[in-house]
Amino acid sequence: MSEARLEAAEDRGVDVFGFIARFAPTLFLIVLMLLFAIIEPRFLSQINLFNVMRQVSITGLLAVGMTFVILTAGIDLSVGSLLAFAGLVAAAVAKGGLENRFTVGEGGVGYGWFAAALAAIAVGLACGWLQGLAITRLKVPPFVVTLGGMSAFRGAALLFAAGGPISGFQPSFTWWGQGKIGPVPVPVIIFLLAALIAHVVLRYMRYGRQVYAVGGNPEAARLSGLNVNRIIMSVYVIMGFFAGLGSFVLAARLNSAEAVAGTGYELTVIASVVIGGTSLFGGAGTIFGTVIGSILIGVLLNGLVLMNVSSYIQQIVIGVIIVLAVAFDTFAKSRRRKV
Amino acid sequence: MANAPAAVSPAPAMSGGPILKMTGVSKRFPGVLALENVHLEVGPSEIHALLGENGAGKSTLLKVLSGAQSADAGEIDLFGKPVAFATPYDAQRAGIVTIYQEFTLAPDMTIAENVFIGREPGSRLFVSWRRLAEETKVIAERIGLKRDPMTQVRDLSVAEQQLVEIARALSMRSRLIIMDEPTAALSETEVANLVRIVRALKAEGLSIIFVTHRLDEVFRLCDRYTVLRDGHYVASGQVAETNVEAVIRMMVGRDVGALYGERPIPEHGKVALEVEGLTRRRNARDPNAIELVDVSLKAHHGEILGLAGLVGAGRTETARAIFGADPFDHGTIRVDGKAVRFSSPRDAMSHGIGLVPEDRKKQALFLSLAIRTNMTIAAQAEVSRGWFIDESKEDVLIDEFRKLLSIRMASPEQAAGQLSGGNQQKIVLARWLALRPKILIVDEPTRGIDIGSKVEVHNLLIDMAKSGIAVIVISSELPEILAVSDRIVTMREGRVTGEIARTKATQEILMAMMTAHESGVAHVSGLSGDIS
Repeated sequence: MSEARLEAAEDRGVDVFGFIARFAPTLFLIVLMLLFAIIEPRFLSQINLFNVMRQVSITGLLAVGMTFVILTAGIDLSVGSLLAFAGLVAAAVAKGGLENRFTVGEGGVGYGWFAAALAAIAVGLACGWLQGLAITRLKVPPFVVTLGGMSAFRGAALLFAAGGPISGFQPSFTWWGQGKIGPVPVPVIIFLLAALIAHVVLRYMRYGRQVYAVGGNPEAARLSGLNVNRIIMSVYVIMGFFAGLGSFVLAARLNSAEAVAGTGYELTVIASVVIGGTSLFGGAGTIFGTVIGSILIGVLLNGLVLMNVSSYIQQIVIGVIIVLAVAFDTFAKSRRRKV
Repeated sequence: MANAPAAVSPAPAMSGGPILKMTGVSKRFPGVLALENVHLEVGPSEIHALLGENGAGKSTLLKVLSGAQSADAGEIDLFGKPVAFATPYDAQRAGIVTIYQEFTLAPDMTIAENVFIGREPGSRLFVSWRRLAEETKVIAERIGLKRDPMTQVRDLSVAEQQLVEIARALSMRSRLIIMDEPTAALSETEVANLVRIVRALKAEGLSIIFVTHRLDEVFRLCDRYTVLRDGHYVASGQVAETNVEAVIRMMVGRDVGALYGERPIPEHGKVALEVEGLTRRRNARDPNAIELVDVSLKAHHGEILGLAGLVGAGRTETARAIFGADPFDHGTIRVDGKAVRFSSPRDAMSHGIGLVPEDRKKQALFLSLAIRTNMTIAAQAEVSRGWFIDESKEDVLIDEFRKLLSIRMASPEQAAGQLSGGNQQKIVLARWLALRPKILIVDEPTRGIDIGSKVEVHNLLIDMAKSGIAVIVISSELPEILAVSDRIVTMREGRVTGEIARTKATQEILMAMMTAHESGVAHVSGLSGDIS
């Protein structure tokens, strides 16, 4: 076909399917919210909406990190386990050591929230770096490396905590999970701020372009002078950072850290990213989509809870929605790009 | 499934009328008319050339014919009966098989499995490996594929893989084989072999639709032709009754004039790149890699050095070794007189070397990403402020190259995959020009792009050299080498076999140099290799 005319058509923006494909997750979210609002008016209350957002914020934080990973056509299955491990380390630091784990109350023996947060993030970064090293140096596929990480970090968490939870932190610690600024829960602010920064990085920074390029075509990226290994390495480190940050917020919200925390989170997180339109083949996707995808899952769960749907059925619904969302995305894209 | 197709019996010779008649075919995509009222007639035992520039509608027409897409209007008559294919499977059952440029083989399966994939002989549940091998062998022998049917496709050359595709088509007893640019990735000898096979198939009563950008093949092989332009039918007729100039006129819609005019060899500057004794031995980790033996060459500022050779001669490997994309064992590389050794393309780039790789789609472009990213990914520093991309700076640069290279694009946000081959190649060239390189290696600069864009790309290369860049052009098309090079170095089996000035070179001389055995001297002027 004539390229010139194709270009002209693209330019005029007559592309209905293109529009739908681009905003499908957003449109779906709006429809879903309207539906719940009609069925259950309580859904739209301010308290409930902030509640949804607070629930979304942890998986949302992880999903922001996961977007970097998936943009390079990678995957990280270890996030749930890492969340537990880093959370326990943060908790132990906050308590001033494992031996104080059972001291209940607000005893001033610990090292404070800042050291705890730093420790959680350091653990996240280190674990991400290790996995990145295995992926780039040992050339083991990300799926396998992080499957290993999923098991190893969970084991490390259980070993570290000797099976039991660590709970009871100072208010300055729990504020990061339970506090509010105005009407807005702190975790929500952390999540949205992180998303905003990630958006700026991916959209406006040289590094962001490089991430897309490595995901779009690694060989072409290498021949264009990019340090492909370093970029791949970096996305796992970024993922580790968000897992560390998320673990701190989660421990603060629950006023407790335990070795079984975050079980199954990897699925919710990957689903959020994929529903948000990021391609598992790399090179395509946005943080905006990921935020919408995360909220969509949160809204869905919340709506189902309000409608008294059993948690078993909720899981089935989520599974079906994941498949449908991607199927719809693929359909709309194929209608658009039929050349 | 279990009804095993036996060895194919030659199709009965059709008497009279065409076996395929497409009339009034139209196809519209949202906002675009891809085909309008197109006709195509193919007779029995006929090799039919389907010609047109990129974007003329050839691919769309073939997709309609092979059931990959449906037409909005028009009729297809096959053997005098109207047909409509909803899927490629329908078309295959009716006897039409398409061999695409990108093969559809499973590399880890054997030749036999690939040939009979989905139609394995045997009982309902079990495959008979014995019959599978035997039947594959019968077909393979007909087309001169001398390989054990149990060989993995991965271990075959590109030309052999193509034969496997043809064998598959034959195993389906097809009557009409569509070949989309079958010679694009083949060396001259492999093309000669393919020509022989296609002629043999014709003699057996098959018809073939042949799509190619190489017009010499049309005149060597084809019986009739059909030309499309901008989605419209232009003309068809007997190949014997036309000539190259007339066909080009039909394709382009205007006189291109002398495609390759006379051009004096320019004065060139100092040596920009000097390669001495570049050697890469065979190693256990990558046994299929091509060896390089004592490769030495020089490129001067302001000069275009042509690197000629058959596929597998080691030209691409030499380029990649220089660029730091592949390792080598020993040898010296000097840039502007200074010895360097690059451990990565990034290293080479920092010394002013660029490489436009051989395979545009696989090695150069980010098809799903915006033109913006594609054009400036190597030169981000030029369009940035610190860690951030400055899009207004970037727009200026993009606009500069859009004009300089006359790139046809809608906007910088458009995905590179939506552009035609010629425009894609210009984007890749722009990416390197934006870096202001001292040395630019261009591997197969015009593969798979249409004649108009070809001439444009050639002129660009000549302009680059004029501006002082040392340009090295690698090409499998001798007319291209002769059109752009000032000096030509030939290679064969990983060795340099000769060097010649363009004014002294002809296709025949180059061919002889590319195929001559080399006597041990690194630099031979002209033809001193002894031919054993």
